Amino acid sequence: MGRQLEFEIFRFNPQKQGDVPRMQTYVLEETTNMTLFIALNRLREEQDPSLVFDFCCRAGICGACAMVINGRPGLACQTKTKDQPGKITLHPLPVFKLVGDLAVDTGVWFREMYDKTESWVHTSRTFDPAAQEERMDNAVAEQIYELERCIECGCCVSACGTARLREDFMGAAALNRIARFVVDPRDQRTDSDYFEIIGNDNGIFGCMGLLACEDVCPKGLPLQNQLGFLRRKMGITAIKEIFRK
Amino acid sequence: MQTHYSDLLVIGAGLAGERVACEAAQNGFKATCLSIVPARRSHSSAAQGGMQAALGNCAKGDGDCPDVHFIDTVKGSDWGCDQEVARLFADTAPIEMRRLAHWGVPWNRVVPGKSTFFKGGEKFEKYEKDENEGLITARSFGGTAKWRTCYTSDGTGHAVMCTMDNRCAELGIDVFDKKEAVSLIHDGETCTGAVVRCLRTGELEVFLAKATAICTGGFGRIYKATTNAVICDGGGHIIAHDTGVVPIGNPEAIQFHPTGIVPTDILVTEGCRGDGGTLLDVNEERFMNIYEPDKAELASRDVVSRWMTHHMRQGKGVKSPYGEHLWLDIRHLGNEHISTKLREVDEICHHFLGVDPRHELIPVRPTQHYTMAGIRTDKDGSAYGLKGLFSAGEAACWDMHGFNRLGGNSLAETVVAGGIIGAKIVEFLKGYETTFNTQTINQAVIKQRERIENLIRGKNGRLNVYEVRNEMQEALMKGCFVFRNQQGLEECVETLQGTLDKAKRVGLVSDGTGPNYELAAALKIKGQVRLALCIAQAALQRTESRGSHNREDYPERNDKDWLNRTLAYWPENADMPELSYEDTTAKFEIPPGDRGYGGGTIIPADEGYVRDRTVESPVNELGTKK
Ligand SMILES: Cc1cc2nc3c(=O)[nH]c(=O)nc-3n(C[C@H](O)[C@H](O)[C@H](O)COP(=O)(O)OP(=O)(O)OC[C@H]3O[C@@H](n4cnc5c(N)ncnc54)[C@H](O)[C@@H]3O)c2cc1C
Ligand code: SF4
Ligand code: SF4
Ligand code: FES
Repeated sequence: MGRQLEFEIFRFNPQKQGDVPRMQTYVLEETTNMTLFIALNRLREEQDPSLVFDFCCRAGICGACAMVINGRPGLACQTKTKDQPGKITLHPLPVFKLVGDLAVDTGVWFREMYDKTESWVHTSRTFDPAAQEERMDNAVAEQIYELERCIECGCCVSACGTARLREDFMGAAALNRIARFVVDPRDQRTDSDYFEIIGNDNGIFGCMGLLACEDVCPKGLPLQNQLGFLRRKMGITAIKEIFRK
Repeated sequence: MQTHYSDLLVIGAGLAGERVACEAAQNGFKATCLSIVPARRSHSSAAQGGMQAALGNCAKGDGDCPDVHFIDTVKGSDWGCDQEVARLFADTAPIEMRRLAHWGVPWNRVVPGKSTFFKGGEKFEKYEKDENEGLITARSFGGTAKWRTCYTSDGTGHAVMCTMDNRCAELGIDVFDKKEAVSLIHDGETCTGAVVRCLRTGELEVFLAKATAICTGGFGRIYKATTNAVICDGGGHIIAHDTGVVPIGNPEAIQFHPTGIVPTDILVTEGCRGDGGTLLDVNEERFMNIYEPDKAELASRDVVSRWMTHHMRQGKGVKSPYGEHLWLDIRHLGNEHISTKLREVDEICHHFLGVDPRHELIPVRPTQHYTMAGIRTDKDGSAYGLKGLFSAGEAACWDMHGFNRLGGNSLAETVVAGGIIGAKIVEFLKGYETTFNTQTINQAVIKQRERIENLIRGKNGRLNVYEVRNEMQEALMKGCFVFRNQQGLEECVETLQGTLDKAKRVGLVSDGTGPNYELAAALKIKGQVRLALCIAQAALQRTESRGSHNREDYPERNDKDWLNRTLAYWPENADMPELSYEDTTAKFEIPPGDRGYGGGTIIPADEGYVRDRTVESPVNELGTKK
């Protein structure tokens, strides 16, 4: 017989009048290869259909299931119960708006981020369907892809001290997004265009450089490198701007 | 209650949906997208392999062109596709890949010079031409004559999805997530939008539009074992089917993949077998070499899945708390191969199984993978039955896949069809006016509100939705999976009729307030069981084997009687689907013939029938380029 796992789960349904945030305990028998995806679905289907949490791909590729697992932000679908103690505590990600229980609203947060960072290739060229594609160096293509691997799970944002203190702080995911366009030769924005977006306390200068973001990123993105890269670049841009005045 | 207006309402914000929306927005129309999850979490982002387009830039793609892509697609479909659509698709795919490059997709590019690659475990060399440096490159995929699959590292779907969603943001398209369409608004002739449940508040909202496009992806989740995301549950199909006038095309055409891992059915790539991995049974003995001495593990997806199922039925499966499975063994490929060529498999084993594939076996079983079945549209993407309703992507049966979809062809379909159908919608919208009838709208909302209240109050019963869903999933696994035969299908239909009855008597255990998931499940269970019944009944009627539809009792492909497409309607208050048939294709560029793989006999079609429909083509009747 498997272990009897004890789950302490944060409960709160903001849509329900008079509901109060609380922790609720559930017990479930562990089976081989059990992940939190399996466990939570069993809890909902067998014990408490009112439980709210999000899963989508259940394969660690979409970022839907991020939550705080025993104190640390991570993806629930790729967390195996056998790597956890017999008591598993689950909270929703902080910073994001709570939808209910373990589900938060990452969609709106990230959509606002796209608008702030103007997360698209800025180019004056128009597409010609009859022409051959423009050439690109393969190494550059791979470099762009490495920065585009973010699955927008929100772990980095919720682990970030600055983001918790300051609602307007863009967070590592947004700064990484900027870096993605900085290295893309198709994007015709200049350094001072980027500076307009992130050269302030809500952007690159608000970051305390404590690395919590990179530690929790389930995709292992080199967030710290990107922050350093942008900080240097923006620092230089700032100086240039000052002398221009 | 909130009411939103737009010219085009797109239900589903995967690649197909967003591509359709972009086309409308670029032409000055207001487009709105709805999605259950943030757009980038759509299942499109899970595709790793790549997307097919005959660019012919890389060495092994030399000489490739849309004609060859067309031939591969028609053969792949086992002559089940609409050849006009396959032609349109193959011709447009290269343009669409270039457009994606212009929008920002970081496609891998040609690197000139010498490099090596593996085929059947053997090492080969190739030389990339200097003059092609920096053009979009391609990799090899099953069932294609040339290397034609464009890719970005191991995350094609993810990269293309990011670019498409960025494009939507740039164009200012409203993409609402956590919004689930629960019914269409229509008067039996024209569709004017949808009733939507907000998954943040639980409230109903109304989205009105001149045109509505359903781009909700596949419905793998009605099977117990599937590689699909949990949101691929048929919501879009259900609301279309529920109108009574929109048919599901080829419901029996469902694709299975041999190697989903147990318990979660996450896909491990065909590359494992391609590189020399073997399948083992409970005694850790190989078996594919017994059934298919020639190709063994490397036979086609359908064939391998069939023998695996057969072998488990012979009592050779491995028992587990999650049901029976077999083993995939890649231990002999060695550390270096596994950590470089099969890195992603290594990661999946690590994260989801806690298994090191260098020393341990991987538990696998055949798993539902793709739905060729879908909302039947004409070649313009216009749904049968309702004016103003369109569909694109995996949700649709536009029908370029017929009875078997080739790897790399569905991701390509999402953007190619999205572009073509988007342009057709723009044509439709130009000069089109509609009236929004308040009575029709109110009735649609009242109907959904009543359904919700009835579920919460248990008016029709208190059966548990998850138990009913399990019964449906088990029935499909048993009767409508890889293997099909008359007895199994009859039993399946009978069971599902009982399940449908139960689905009508479901009631909630929880109170259903706010973003309640039990309610979401309960709202679609009846529609899901209906879809299941369409699959089973259509499979029972189709007394032949074609592509993924394998009848043990009718092993030959019967072009004489079955060169047609099933249309499954569900008239209001009916207990069973109404099946009718239409010609597979209006025109043949390639008359029906041998696919060149998979074996099996063919009962030929009437010669006159084929001759009358055969047209002038750059492709000859043997299925090669002239
Ligand atoms: C594991 C895996 C790997 C694959 N790899 C490849 C590959 O390498 N190459 C290839 O060509 N194909 C591949 N495929 C197939 C391909 O990924 C899909 O067919 C394709 O992405 C489908 O895209 P879509 O836009 O039609 O739908 P999806 O991307 O599935 O999007 C559906 C959208 O509809 C929304 N939705 C659903 N229901 C509702 C509702 N009721 N109301 C509102 N919104 C709703 C969802 O939220 C989502 O936004 C793979 C599939 C799987 C499962
Ligand atoms: S390094 Fe910067 S962005 Fe990352 S967690 Fe710390 S403050 Fe936040
Ligand atoms: S950067 Fe990493 S942690 Fe942050 S949202 Fe992206 S994937 Fe998640
Ligand atoms: S459900 Fe997609 S990452 Fe966990």
